[in-house]
Amino acid sequence: MTAVAERRERTSGADRHAPINRNRQAKNRGKLLPTILLLIGAAYCLVPVVWVFIATTKARGELFTTFTFAPGTGLFDNLASLFSYGDGQFGMWALNSLLYAGIGGILSTLVSTMAGYALAKYEFPGRTLIFYCILGGVLIPGITLAIPQYLLLSQIGMAGGYLSVLLPVIISPFGIYLSRVYASAAMPSETLEAARIDGANEWRIFRTIGIPLMVPGMVTVFMLQFVGIWNNFLLPFVMLSDQSNYPITVGLYTLLAKGSGSPALYSLAITGAAVSIIPLVLLMLFLQRFWRMDLISGGLKG
Amino acid sequence: MSSLTARSSSTRQAGTPQATRRRHPRVRSAPYLFLAPALVLFVVFMLIPIVYAIWLSFQAYHLEGGGILGHRVQVFSGFENYVSVFSNPELAAGFGRLGIYGLIAVPLTLGLALLFALLLDVPAVRAARFSRIAIFIPYAVPGVVAALLWGFMYLPGTSPFSYITEALGFGTIGFLDNPGLFGSLANIAIWGGVGFNMIIIYTSLRGIPSEIYEAARLDGANEVQIALRIKVPLAVPALVLTAIFSLIGTLQLYGEPTTLKPMTNAISQSWVPLMMIYRDAFLTDNLPTAAALSVVLALGTVIVSAIVLRIANRRNSGGMS
Repeated sequence: MTAVAERRERTSGADRHAPINRNRQAKNRGKLLPTILLLIGAAYCLVPVVWVFIATTKARGELFTTFTFAPGTGLFDNLASLFSYGDGQFGMWALNSLLYAGIGGILSTLVSTMAGYALAKYEFPGRTLIFYCILGGVLIPGITLAIPQYLLLSQIGMAGGYLSVLLPVIISPFGIYLSRVYASAAMPSETLEAARIDGANEWRIFRTIGIPLMVPGMVTVFMLQFVGIWNNFLLPFVMLSDQSNYPITVGLYTLLAKGSGSPALYSLAITGAAVSIIPLVLLMLFLQRFWRMDLISGGLKG
Repeated sequence: MSSLTARSSSTRQAGTPQATRRRHPRVRSAPYLFLAPALVLFVVFMLIPIVYAIWLSFQAYHLEGGGILGHRVQVFSGFENYVSVFSNPELAAGFGRLGIYGLIAVPLTLGLALLFALLLDVPAVRAARFSRIAIFIPYAVPGVVAALLWGFMYLPGTSPFSYITEALGFGTIGFLDNPGLFGSLANIAIWGGVGFNMIIIYTSLRGIPSEIYEAARLDGANEVQIALRIKVPLAVPALVLTAIFSLIGTLQLYGEPTTLKPMTNAISQSWVPLMMIYRDAFLTDNLPTAAALSVVLALGTVIVSAIVLRIANRRNSGGMS
């Protein structure tokens, strides 16, 4: 994403000296309004995040009494009580989320990459049928599957465990679709054919030529899946009954649902929300330079 | 399934004299092996649940025997569940609420996403990088956490907005009561969705060759005209995609009202269709109705997406040729 962005930024930098833009004042006026509007948008998106970090610093009594954007004095107490709640349940939830999203994301990326590569680079009977099945899967809201999935898994005694949340998220029709789009764009078929003539077997070709060329697409699929699984609520909510298996989303929800009775849990839920945002925002800021978001919009044309 | 097709294809191809394929017998099985994990998972976690849900939706529980000794047996019931689903005024009300919510959330999400994407694409706009990242940040915030954050921004005791209006003597704002609730819920979706959709549209704008703009500028077009006449039409595929994402997201509305439920009495247990499905499946233990509702919802999603794609395709082919 940024690679494309930077390329264009450079060309628009050259524009600045082009004779077309003679009238400097008009130009300044022309970019003032867009800048203001963008900053308003940025403020709108940041306000709740800023609020939650300020609210985290408030001691229990201050939460409902002081002005909402005035920092308080209870940051360390809040953090201490968050991480000691229910014998360290919050840390457990965070770890679970990391496990579900991390392992689920990696497996899903691998499965999607292999499937997308096969669909893009081979001619074989059944290809069209499989591709349309997967395309249909993109349109079916994954969330309406949660209840039949739960019923089926509980019949074989798997509901409630880690696997019941981990396995269903590995199959990602959208991930497969993106991988196919990326594989057909990034990989010249001639290279694969040349390797084949040199006697390399198919698995080796995939490993040494396919995967390295598909890395940017894989990062995108991984990020989308990681965020999707981390944010997932209904599937773990339906599947899990043991609190120690909860991911952070379901855990925070139970805190809030209990909190309607006692404001002490409100404080916990707010602190938990603030803490749970940090790793994901950091990960996204770090990985966003590797994203290929043009994949998503470009996919529809092909 | 895949091994069967593989075998039939190999026998067919062995007869034909297409040498390139025959020299590499492994080529024939390779794509199926690469696809195998995805296909197995697709069948187990998507196809079978869908078939199972459809089958279940034609079943019903009937009480056999009488009184305390009676037990529930599952029997085939034809379209009974569908009839009761469609004649249930609760469902119509749920879809009605979803409709109001969607009418606020979808156009505003897409409109703002398009606006911000176009603004980011204005040459030499200031603070573009900061704004882009700031607007994108809510994407990293789980829906439930977003609902929780906004819930506290709405709750009279902690809301900064109500704090200001109260200080001015207007009392608190009814974010969590009807009819403000619709706007409040839509706002959570808009907040969470604008950034992601903005990036999709923005990257598709970045893909437009800048020569087109130069030509338009030489012809005397100003930036607004360029945005409306060139950029928007070329961003249509991205807009269609984001529209479909937003519509699917709307039909799947669940986590946000569920999270806000403890904070307000205005949200019932059957406020949106998915909440109704959850209630039927887990609280009142009526699985067949829940299954029938799931099937209706899934079909509805597919139909809505198909309509959007259809409209977009027609306009595209009409506009381009």
